Amino acid sequence: MGAYGVAFGAASVASGFSVLQSCLISLLTFSGASQFAAVGVLGAGGNPLSAIATASLLGVRNGLYGVIMAPRLKVRGFKRIVAAQITIDESTAVSLGAEGRTPDSGRQGFWLTGAGVYIFWNLFTLAGALGAQAMGDARAWGLDSAVPAAFLGLVWPRLKTNGDRLLAVVSVVFAIAMTPILPAGLPIIATAFIAVAIGLRR
Amino acid sequence: MTAFWIVTIGTSVIAFLLKYAGHSIPQHLLENPRLQRVNALIPIALLSALVAVQTFTSESKVMIDHRLIGVSVAVVALLLKAPFPVVVLSAAFTSATIYNWL
Repeated sequence: MGAYGVAFGAASVASGFSVLQSCLISLLTFSGASQFAAVGVLGAGGNPLSAIATASLLGVRNGLYGVIMAPRLKVRGFKRIVAAQITIDESTAVSLGAEGRTPDSGRQGFWLTGAGVYIFWNLFTLAGALGAQAMGDARAWGLDSAVPAAFLGLVWPRLKTNGDRLLAVVSVVFAIAMTPILPAGLPIIATAFIAVAIGLRR
Repeated sequence: MTAFWIVTIGTSVIAFLLKYAGHSIPQHLLENPRLQRVNALIPIALLSALVAVQTFTSESKVMIDHRLIGVSVAVVALLLKAPFPVVVLSAAFTSATIYNWL
C-alpha cells in the first residue's frame, strides 16, 4: 500500500494537480481506484465530469461495503461519519476475515485497518506528490507504466470466472477502439454499461 | 474554478456520499443478486478500460511504446503471483529503462 500511495501522489502531480489538491483527494476521497481514475482521466485530457463520473462509479462498491458493515458496527452521528469515510476494500475485508474470533474482533479489525490505512495512505500520497514535483519528467521514472500496472494489479484478483475475463478483454478492446472517436474519458465510462448489461442478463 | 479543483471537490464529495449512503440505507434493499453481480462487474470493466487507455493511447491516439513493455512485465509479475508493490515497481523500472536508454 505504501508503493501505491506514493504512486498516487506522483501520478496526481504528473497529471497537473497541485500537491495540496493531491493531498486533499487522498484525505477526502480515500479510495485508491477512484483517485487514480479521477487524475488519470483528467490527465489524459478528459473533461472534469468524465473524471468525476468514472471515479464515482468505482466508488459505488464502497457504498455496498457500507451496507454490509453498518449492522455490524451499529454507530451513529459523528462516529458513523468516520466509519463511512474509512469503509474501503481493506477495512471491510479485514473486518469480515477477523469476525468471530472474539465477540469484538470484527469491529476492531475494521477500525484498526481503516485508521491505519488512512494514516499511511495520506502520508505516502504527500511523499509521492512532493517527489513528483522534484522529479520533473514522470516518464523518465516509469510512472506512465506504473499507473496502468497499478490498475492491472487491482483488476487481476477480481478476474475469477471466464465471464469476468471475457468482460475484461471486451472492455480493453472497446476502450482502445473508441479512444480515437469519443472524447477522452467516455470510452472508459462506457464500459460500465457493458458490465451492467451483462450483470442484468446472466 | 479550474478543472483540477472541480475534480478534487466533486470526486471527494460523491465518494463520501456513496460511503455514507451505504451506512444509512436498510440492508434488504440491496440483496438483489443481479445488483450484487453488477456491482462486482463494474470495477472489472472500468479498471480494464483504464489499463487499456493508459497503456495504448496518448491524447486520443492509439500508440504502442515503452508503456506496453512495462505493463507486459507487470502481467508476468502477476502470473508469478508477485505482491502488488513488485508488480508496480517492476513495470516502472522496465519502462524507465527503455524510455531513458533506447
